[in-house]
Formats: sequence, C-alpha cells, structure tokens
Amino acid sequence: MSDNFDARAVARAFQKPAAPAVLTSTLQRSVQAAHGARQDIEWEALRSAAHDIKAYTMENLDRLLVQFEAAFQERGGSVLWAPTAADAITHLLDVCRKHGASTVVKGKSMVSEELAVNEHLSTAGIAAVETDLGEYIVQLAGQRPSHIVGPALHLSRQDVGRIFQKELGIAYTDDPEKLMTAARLRLRERYLQAQVGITGVNFAVAETGTIAVIENEGNGGLSASVPPVHVFLMGIEKIIPKMADLPVFLQVLARSATGQKIEVYTHHFLGAEPGKTVYCIIVDANRSKLLADSKTRQSLYCIRCGACLNVCPVYRRAGGFAYGGAYAGPIGAVITPQLTGEAAAELPFVSTLCGACQDECPVKIDLPHQLAYMRHKAVEGGRAGGDMTARGIAMWARAMLDLASYRRSVTWLRRAAALGRRVGWYPEVLGAWARSRALPMPARVSFKEWWERRS
Amino acid sequence: MAATFPETTRYRTGEHVALFLPCYCDVLFPQVGQALVALFSRLGVPLDYPMEQTCCGQPAFNAGRWDEAAKLAARFAQVFAQWKWIVVPSGSCGAMARRFYPYMDASSAGALVGNRVYDLATFLTGVLGQTDVGARFPGRVTYHDGCHGRRELGASGAAIALLKAVRDLEYAELPRIDECCGFGGTFAVKYPELSVSMGDAKADAIEQTGAQVVTSGDSSCLLHLEGLMRKQRPKVSVRFKHLAEILAST
Repeated sequence: MSDNFDARAVARAFQKPAAPAVLTSTLQRSVQAAHGARQDIEWEALRSAAHDIKAYTMENLDRLLVQFEAAFQERGGSVLWAPTAADAITHLLDVCRKHGASTVVKGKSMVSEELAVNEHLSTAGIAAVETDLGEYIVQLAGQRPSHIVGPALHLSRQDVGRIFQKELGIAYTDDPEKLMTAARLRLRERYLQAQVGITGVNFAVAETGTIAVIENEGNGGLSASVPPVHVFLMGIEKIIPKMADLPVFLQVLARSATGQKIEVYTHHFLGAEPGKTVYCIIVDANRSKLLADSKTRQSLYCIRCGACLNVCPVYRRAGGFAYGGAYAGPIGAVITPQLTGEAAAELPFVSTLCGACQDECPVKIDLPHQLAYMRHKAVEGGRAGGDMTARGIAMWARAMLDLASYRRSVTWLRRAAALGRRVGWYPEVLGAWARSRALPMPARVSFKEWWERRS
Repeated sequence: MAATFPETTRYRTGEHVALFLPCYCDVLFPQVGQALVALFSRLGVPLDYPMEQTCCGQPAFNAGRWDEAAKLAARFAQVFAQWKWIVVPSGSCGAMARRFYPYMDASSAGALVGNRVYDLATFLTGVLGQTDVGARFPGRVTYHDGCHGRRELGASGAAIALLKAVRDLEYAELPRIDECCGFGGTFAVKYPELSVSMGDAKADAIEQTGAQVVTSGDSSCLLHLEGLMRKQRPKVSVRFKHLAEILAST
C-alpha cells in the first residue's frame, strides 16, 4: 500500500534530469513511425481481426495447446509443461544439465525476464549471454530492460560507450558502428561456445506446430541454430490457431513495434532437424488465472509490441524502471499485478485512464478498463484504498447517497475553503495541488441554489 | 424499477431532456449549468433538472471502490428514471454512465439508464441533428479534447464541428490534441509531478495556438489547466470556458 512508484526513476538513472524529455521525444517519433507505417493497409480491420483471433484462441486455449503439443512433437520436438515459474526453471536446468551446458545464448524473451532465468542459471553455474544488442548492453550494465522492444532505450550511445569500455575493455567510443561491431565479434564467440540456445516465441501455431520468431538483428536465428540444443520458452497465450491466422499478426506486429512494415527476419521453426534437439517449455505461471476472469482475459492477447509504452504519458515521463517488473507501461501496469498478485497493487493507480494505450494497441486490448478493474481488485483484496485520498473518496461517495448529506458536504466544503483561504493552509492532499496550481474556489451560489431560486 | 421506452433514437420536438450536471460543476462551475439552461431555452428544447441528483460515482469507480460506485449508479437510475434523454456537459461523467455502469454490471438499472446519457456535443449534433446552434463568440479559441469524451464517447468530431459553426469564432487546433492533460481525478494529487508535467505539455501547446480562450467538454480538465497556467504562467492571458458557455453565447 505504499506509494512507491518512482516517477523520477528514469531521471535518477545515471543522474540525467533531461531523460524524460529525451524519452518523450524518442517515443513520440516511434509513435509517428508506427502511424506512418499503417497507411498502406486496412489497419482497423486488421487489428479487429487480430483481436478476434486472440479472443477465439483464449476461448479454446485448452484444446489448442494440446493440438500444438501433438503437432510439435510429431515433427521431432519435445514439449515440457510448466504450470508454475518454478517448474519452468526446473525444466530449463534439467535440459542444461542433460546437455552439459555451461554457456547458454539467449534470443530476446520477455518471459525469461519475468521468470528471472538468467539469475537462476547463474546460481546453477551456467552463464547466460543475451544476444539481442539492447539486452546485451543492459546485461553488461547490470540493469534490467526498460522497454519491451528497446531494452536499452534509456541509454545514450555515450552511456553504451562507457559500459563497453568498462565491461569489454575496449577503448571508449560512441560511434554506433564501432560499438555494434565490438558486440558482434564477442557474441560470435559466445554462439559457438554455447551448448544450448534459448529463444522466445512470437506465435505458436496449433495447427502445424510451427513457431514464428520475428526479429531484426538475426541473433534469434543464431541462438536457435548454432548450439546443438534449442529451447523455446513461451507463455500459454502465444498460441494462434492456424497458419492462415499468422499473416494478420505479422502485418500488425512490426508496424506497432518498430514502425517497420515487416521485420528483417521472420523465422518459421518446424520441429527439429536431424541431429538437433528442440524443446518447447510452455509456461502458465498464473496466466490461466487471467484466462479465468473475463475482465482480465484480454491482457493475454498481448503480442509484446511495446506500442502502449510508446504512447503512454506516464511511461514517457517515468521510464521503465519505475514499474518494478519485467513489463513496463500500460501492459505492465495490468499484468504485473495480475501475474504476481500481492505485489505491484499500486501500478494500476498510476494512470489517468486516458486510453491512449488502447488506441495504439494492435490487438485492441481494453487496457484502460483493465486498469480500472485492477484498482477494484486491489481495493477488494485490501492492497489499496487505505490512503488519505482514497478515504476521502469513500467519505464523499457515502455523502452522495442522499441530497441532504450532499448539501451538508457542500456547506462543509465552502467553510473549509474559506477558512483555508484566510489562514493560507490546506491539508497535504490539497497541498499536492496547490504547490503548482491555483486552487479553485466554490462558487458563491451553487447551480442547485440558483435553480431553486428561479423556480 | 426504471421506466423502459420503445426502441427509438430519434428525438421528437417537445420531448423533455434531463440535465445531469457534474457534482463539481454544481459547486465550482455553476455557470456551466446556467449556460446549458440558456442554450436549450434558445433551441426550444425543454430542459429539466432533477434536483435529487448528486454524483455519478466516477471518483469511487476510479478509486476501485465499485460497491460505492454501484450504489451511486443505482441512485442515478432512480433519479433519472423518467427521462428518455439525459444530457451531461462532461465527457468523463458521460462515459461513467454510458460505459462504466454497464462495465460494472451490464444488467443493472444503472446500465439501462446510463445508455440514455449523452455528452453535450453528441446530443446537439447526433440527437438534435444541429451543428449551428445560433451562437456567436468572437475570438481565437482552441479546444482541449478530454480523454473520456474522445475515446469512450467519440465526441471530438461533434465538439469541433459545433465550435467551427459559431459566428466570429476563429478555431485554432491544439497541437498534439490527443494527449491527456494530466488531471485524471485523484491522480492530480497522488502523482502531482506527473500530473503537472503533463499539464505543462498542454500549456505549451495552448501557448503555441495563440488562442485567447481554451474550451473543452470537461470542466475537470479546464480546472487543472487553468490552475496550472494561473500559477505558473500568470503573464499568459488566456481564459477558460466550457463548451456550453461558448455555445450559449450570442
């Protein structure tokens, strides 16, 4: 119940007070790029179709997951079911031990971030190397990703130059080409050293057992194909029913994520080729709880494009670290409390419910409504609502139940306002307003009084 | 039990319309209600004001206190039961009744009556079918699009069309009109840094338009913007008027 959303998190990181302004202009450009990339397609029709396909998927998820398992295994892969986060880690460690892995290369995977895979592998003496450039940078810096699609968005090239100088021992440079080349050379060695490659999943097609992995850098492809063992890590919600559904998502994902019409690589993985061992760990970790509640179900439609972060006025100002979990922005504010329960009850309150996120969402998730609903769940569960403002609201709501108590409240408010004005003091909750904004004064004659007089 | 009406969305001349005035307008901005009374009188539409009304319950809903919000929804349904048409000069109170009463409980009386609620702009253009309401308001005016009115009720087009039809009014579009002003109810006092930062961005946009007047379908947004500009930018001469006040003006 503490108000610990650190709105200044991004400015505090590396002592950069200008960070929110930079983040805002960067993300404004991202949103403009996304809008520009939509002009050649029927955007509204496609996002409605994507929403509907996901709705159907969630209504039939049990059957589709089983269908996927059969198809995937028929083509030589193995499916491992992980009802909890701990099960997923156990499976992963079992696979690593079975194949004698001391080094693992990782393609970008948000669920691996959610499950803290790298920490668990490290504890077991296994080095996990991020191969997505942004993830690699934050890993070297000892940080978490701050954005779903651009993990190092909060860092400038000067920051990266300093990090590479310190962690890789190269001469300082802020030239992006030189920095990228340094990363590329080192990562090449790691792909070759690794016994296991772990990647995420963008879409898992139930009909054929195909897994689609979409990326720009090629590190996902290398993580999957170079080491002898490949592990897919996916949440249960990544399923789509048929191959014919895939193009709908391919059309909207890149446009929303990076403003591209299509990303550089669209890998279709189909089981395991001879000599290769492929696993797919399918993770529940409370997702079935979201599925069970019709008011939270739509958050499972998320295709992790990051567009809601880009447009969110709160994310732009606070940055990703303020959300305290793997997922930031509006989707983070919704699923972090949904998936983790107790923690993060505050997140849904750090919003004006403006709805810009839903406008951007390529699968039309009802994010602002879910934020309102999660507030209700937090209050119902006793995790929120104890603060002064909340109690004030409760008092007001009760006073609104009949006209007489309404009128008494208005009288009280007028007296309090007049007194406050005379002595120049207001309770802290109004102080939070009055420090930077002029306070409104109650009108001498209310509308009700005016109406009564004229009747 | 709320009265039910046969399925029709066409307004017939002489049908009574109920004014649903946001609680904060009653207390802080009674002139908004007065403007609506004047406007509807000029348009020849009988406007009633059910005195029993108090609050739509949105603060409780936004605070996650749905039990209390549901009680206020039920009360709302009782107070407004006999009216087929309900007009509210607020996108956010309008959205509460029209969208969130059913979201909380689709089969409630609140949901049923909430469906008859229209924000002012949508009522004038969509129900009465009028874009020119015979108003005159000289000056350069910019419009702030409140988020609920824009996204939950789709009222932006109607509001801007109404403004453009006002005689002698010079409409100046607000840059980045889709961005939230940062009020958000209790958000304004719980996260004041974020709230003020968002308001500042709006204030920058307002200054860019060179407008003499800022209007909106929501006094709550205007309250926040006016408070901010009066305190932080006292030299900027700009007035804040609800859409109803502009449309009532002759």
